[in-house]
Amino acid sequence: MDFHLLFQLSMNGLIVGTLYGVVGMCFVLIYKASQIVNFAQGEFLLIGAWVCWWLLTKYQLPFVWGFLATLVFMMVFGFLLQVIVLRPMIGEPVISVIMMTIGLSIFFQALMKWIFGVLPQPYPPVFSVKSVDIFGLQVQTVYLMAMAVSLVIMIGFAWFFKMSRMGLAMRATSFDQQVAQSLGISVRQVFALSWAISAMVSAVAGVVVGVVNGVSSALSFFGIKVFPAVILGGLDSIVGSVLGGLIIGVLENWAQFADSQYLKWGNLYEIAPFYVLIVILMIKPYGLFGKRDIERV
Amino acid sequence: MSIEPASMPAAAIPVEPAPLLAVNNLEVVYSDVILVLRGLNLKVPEGEIVALLGANGAGKSTTLKAISGLLKAEDGQITRGDVLFQGERMNGYEPDQIVRRGIFQVMEGRRIVADMSVHENLRLGAHTRRDKGVKDDLDMVYGYFPRLRERTGLAGYLSGGEQQMLAIGRALMTNPRLLILDEATEGLAPLVRAEIWRVLQRLKDGGQAILLIDKNVAALTRLAERHYIIEKGRIAWSGSSAELKADAALQKRYLGV
Ligand SMILES: Nc1ncnc2c1ncn2[C@@H]1O[C@H](COP(=O)(O)OP(=O)(O)O)[C@@H](O)[C@H]1O
Ligand SMILES: [Mg+2]
Repeated sequence: MDFHLLFQLSMNGLIVGTLYGVVGMCFVLIYKASQIVNFAQGEFLLIGAWVCWWLLTKYQLPFVWGFLATLVFMMVFGFLLQVIVLRPMIGEPVISVIMMTIGLSIFFQALMKWIFGVLPQPYPPVFSVKSVDIFGLQVQTVYLMAMAVSLVIMIGFAWFFKMSRMGLAMRATSFDQQVAQSLGISVRQVFALSWAISAMVSAVAGVVVGVVNGVSSALSFFGIKVFPAVILGGLDSIVGSVLGGLIIGVLENWAQFADSQYLKWGNLYEIAPFYVLIVILMIKPYGLFGKRDIERV
Repeated sequence: MSIEPASMPAAAIPVEPAPLLAVNNLEVVYSDVILVLRGLNLKVPEGEIVALLGANGAGKSTTLKAISGLLKAEDGQITRGDVLFQGERMNGYEPDQIVRRGIFQVMEGRRIVADMSVHENLRLGAHTRRDKGVKDDLDMVYGYFPRLRERTGLAGYLSGGEQQMLAIGRALMTNPRLLILDEATEGLAPLVRAEIWRVLQRLKDGGQAILLIDKNVAALTRLAERHYIIEKGRIAWSGSSAELKADAALQKRYLGV
């Protein structure tokens, strides 16, 4: 057994898993606030990655400025998307809203292809050192950055929900909208904020993946990968989504290991998470950390 | 001919001060067809305590929800009449706008946020405030309900009485001009009830205006200035505590006491 490879793949799994976790948190944020299952989550990554790429290549902005500008743009984008497209749908049946997010997903996919073309585009080099050696493992610098950024985001989320006024308001809204209203919380404001934060933070993940693999419509596949992660964690649990993301990331890579070393089926990497998902849901129908009364769509 | 101001008769008819809250001819409909309030009138003067009484289903909670703008979440709406608070028409305002103007309601069933701590629930009460007094008000609430200070776990694990104390404490965190309580002591142990009545009395002594629903007529006649009995969405009777206490037939007819 090739332990070095196993170790390297596990490491990759953890790193990709934290990214799944971050996107999962963004997904759960919207779900918790407004019970909307956002099928356009992956497109947030895609749009963020393209916008940042465009700022870096067309305007030659330094990476940090391009990145920050992208975050601001995505925050405004998420906010406007909620206010213009989703707010008028408040009170419509859940299924209509879900169809709307599926529509948005398809629309933004097409829009990005129309604006930026269908070819994958590489990011300009961001780090002077491409990879570093950690305990004999080659880890790409950008992945280290991804880890660091993800950790900062997770700590930021924890702080936001524990300490900040709007964080408490969001938790109250997800607990019971009428109660939140009776406390003077503007539920509309909470919805808009949840979309704004979700879009912004997803874009961080989009840029990171873009730096590693280049930008292409394949990026929005993250939006699909996030489903096993969040369902595994329990749709309504932020912590669960992070752990779910890590588990899926590692499992994918272990499946890859088993496949390449022994099974030789090919492509197990892509499907394994979904098999695991099925098994776990049979044992724990509400996910590892979920509460009851969660609708599954 | 000119009239000297000094020679004017000094306010022969005393002008009644505008009440803090006035509900005029209120009509409320649920789901477009269920008519629940049919022209209801009531007033809460500044600094007074007013009680709403009536059988189950009479429309008491609906009245309070209409005042706080909370009907929309239940597919209800005001179809006629006004809610005037300090002279301002509040119909159609969002609930958060109403809270910002100083009306805060402790809804029926306490409705504390079960997966938050006591402290977080109290901070949540101060959501609409940006001033520096929040810290002092936390101490004030713990002063009213000392045992809340010791409860460090999730609010969902508190006893019913503690949850109601938390719900009232959370309301006080907003510094409301008008505090509304729906079923202030329902389902609580006698000792806890007594504690809550004591706190309400202290609030009254501090000049707090309160509009409340409760089934305990004896306690209400001690606390409140004025009582309204609602029947089928209208005010069937209103009067002072003395009048209510004296009228056994009235209590029997509407309140089954
Ligand atoms: N959301 C609702 N939709 C339809 N009818 C309702 C709703 N809420 C209350 N009602 C009806 O309105 C009437 C008054 O209810 P409510 O105001 O809760 O009474 P009370 O608080 O006096 O017991 C009842 O007949 C009740 O069935
Ligand atoms: Mg009631």
